[in-house]
Amino acid sequence: MLLEPQFLIIQTLNGLQLSALLFLLAVGLSVVFGMMNFINLAHGTLYMLGAYLAVSVVAHFDSFWMALALAPLGVAAVGAIFYLVLLRRLQSAGPMRQVLVTFGLIFVGFDAVRMIWGRLPYSVPVPDLLSGSVTVLGEIYPAYRLFIIALGVAVMLLLTIGLERTRLGAIVRAGVDDREMVAALGINIEATFFIVFCLGCYLAGLAGVVSAPVFSVFPGMDMSVLILALIVVVLGGPGSLRGAAIGSLVIGMADTYGQVVIPEYARVTIYALMGVILLFKPSGLFPVSRAHG
Amino acid sequence: MTVRSRMALSLMAGLLTGLMVAAPVHAADPIKIGVLLPQSGVFGGLGKDQTLALEMGFDDFGREIGGRPIELIPADTESKPGPGLAQVKKLILKDKVDVIVGIISSAVAGAVRDYVHNSETPLIISNAGNNALTGELCSPWILRASFSNSQINRGMGPYLAAQGYKNAFLMAFDYAAGHQMMDAFRKGFEGAGGTIVGEEYPPLGETKDFGPYLAKAKAANPDVIYVFFAGGPAIKFVKEYAAFGLKGDIQLAGAGWLHSALYINKQGADAEGILGILNYYPSIDNAENQVFQAKFQEAHGRPASEFGVAAYDSARLIVEGLNGTGGDTGDKKALVDAMHQVTFNGPRGPFRIDMQTNNVVQNIYISRVESQGDSVAAVVQEVLPNVQDPPNGCEL
Repeated sequence: MLLEPQFLIIQTLNGLQLSALLFLLAVGLSVVFGMMNFINLAHGTLYMLGAYLAVSVVAHFDSFWMALALAPLGVAAVGAIFYLVLLRRLQSAGPMRQVLVTFGLIFVGFDAVRMIWGRLPYSVPVPDLLSGSVTVLGEIYPAYRLFIIALGVAVMLLLTIGLERTRLGAIVRAGVDDREMVAALGINIEATFFIVFCLGCYLAGLAGVVSAPVFSVFPGMDMSVLILALIVVVLGGPGSLRGAAIGSLVIGMADTYGQVVIPEYARVTIYALMGVILLFKPSGLFPVSRAHG
Repeated sequence: MTVRSRMALSLMAGLLTGLMVAAPVHAADPIKIGVLLPQSGVFGGLGKDQTLALEMGFDDFGREIGGRPIELIPADTESKPGPGLAQVKKLILKDKVDVIVGIISSAVAGAVRDYVHNSETPLIISNAGNNALTGELCSPWILRASFSNSQINRGMGPYLAAQGYKNAFLMAFDYAAGHQMMDAFRKGFEGAGGTIVGEEYPPLGETKDFGPYLAKAKAANPDVIYVFFAGGPAIKFVKEYAAFGLKGDIQLAGAGWLHSALYINKQGADAEGILGILNYYPSIDNAENQVFQAKFQEAHGRPASEFGVAAYDSARLIVEGLNGTGGDTGDKKALVDAMHQVTFNGPRGPFRIDMQTNNVVQNIYISRVESQGDSVAAVVQEVLPNVQDPPNGCEL
């Protein structure tokens, strides 16, 4: 039953959809960690905020596409404010302080959304354009979930081009490699950090909007996804775009198949997988080699 | 007359008038009914729905019995066991209520059961369906006017088997109600010759993406998928069932909350063809239901739901029980005995309380969702009359 092509096709598509969401979430986290050596545990809160902003935009404008356009911008704005006010000071502080402060922000975020939107779950309807089904390899699959997969792939391509072909991308790559040198070259590394951070927040918000019709929107929705995203970052190697992509694929598939094939052990399997991979490749699957520490 | 004696006379007159005014107040002692329903939390919406229907019930059947007015005392459980128990204690100790009615959540019911039982206060459950409440945890003081989880689901198995469905896949959230509903269906279906080819119980709480579970259900190749979902998850499940192409492919059936009147129009065409089983549908064709629906629709602008009708019938049960004792609430046992004698035909059909379990004996309806113009509604296909629970461990 479980090896039937019908089951494999649909479940693989489900896994790809989760992978796409995880990628959107993990890539921002990974690049910020790799480049700025900054652990932002509140990244999941931004994801949750994106979903809630989508709820409000849809309630106001009755359009999912408006939400897709506006909500991530809102999240990026919130991220920018947090960066300028709070997080910039933590850059030089050790990882311990960063973890503590951003962990505290998780609780702040949880109560904030509860106060503003209430504690009952919301649902965002799938946009009419994508509410039909598509036949993939002979199996019927919801069009909206294919959209999520396509979005993930598109973002990955855009980011790859951005990293490889643009000046900003070059600075980012250099910054991950050796930031002191980049600063020494007279490049405003601070401004670059800020732009990269905001982009990461934007992508987290985008993940939130896009996942709202699939999951429900409720306070605390960030937790399970955050943990998976952190595992993806560690697994793929911090700072590596390719690592984030491959890591999301591995974890997305493992979680989706694990849920239905071995439900009692699904989570354990993921942690075990992470443990085994780290055993052989402690810096992750595609670590970015650093010139200095 | 002297000034002093005139003062004494007016003083006595005032005192006498005062005593006379005070006396009738003492005679019209209100009947206090505690309304234990959530106004907030997960079930806040249902609590409000039942409160409206309860008020309508008392309006229709009696606000005064034996010269005593009925006084409803609200107590918000917040859909949580802790506050629920605190409210029950307040109702019994401080407000000194004669009867308590309500409880949506079986978790709250479980938390208050022992306290209510020991305090010997009659409690009419207007929703909470956990089998144990009229099973091994039954109490002579606790009557249930709504349903038990197994009472709803037992009848669907034989019906589906008779329709030619041979194997079924089950799905429900992983908690007491989910398992009780599926177990009741399983017994009926297997008893009628059917086979269960698989079951999945997604964890309750984190609202799940049903995608992986639907894929597994499809892979098991059943004739019918039988589920229990309610509220937001029910809306999602039905829509995803259609989006994953299962709708035309494998018959979907479930406990009737899957397409409750409260949100069937949010599901729209995706719900067409679903077979449901429940103790009430707005489309039930009897005189009492037509009056009930018309009244509720006019008062509140929407059809009454299965939750509303349970509250409405609870009000009627209480009023007719009180009529039986002439409004006397001094002897609680006599009041409960009077309620045991109550039978009536309501919007659900015939209603009475089974003395062996204290659970309601009622019709159960099997329906199919059909499109009606540009909306959808559940249309009754078959009536299972006077469904009664077996004692199930209850010793009254």
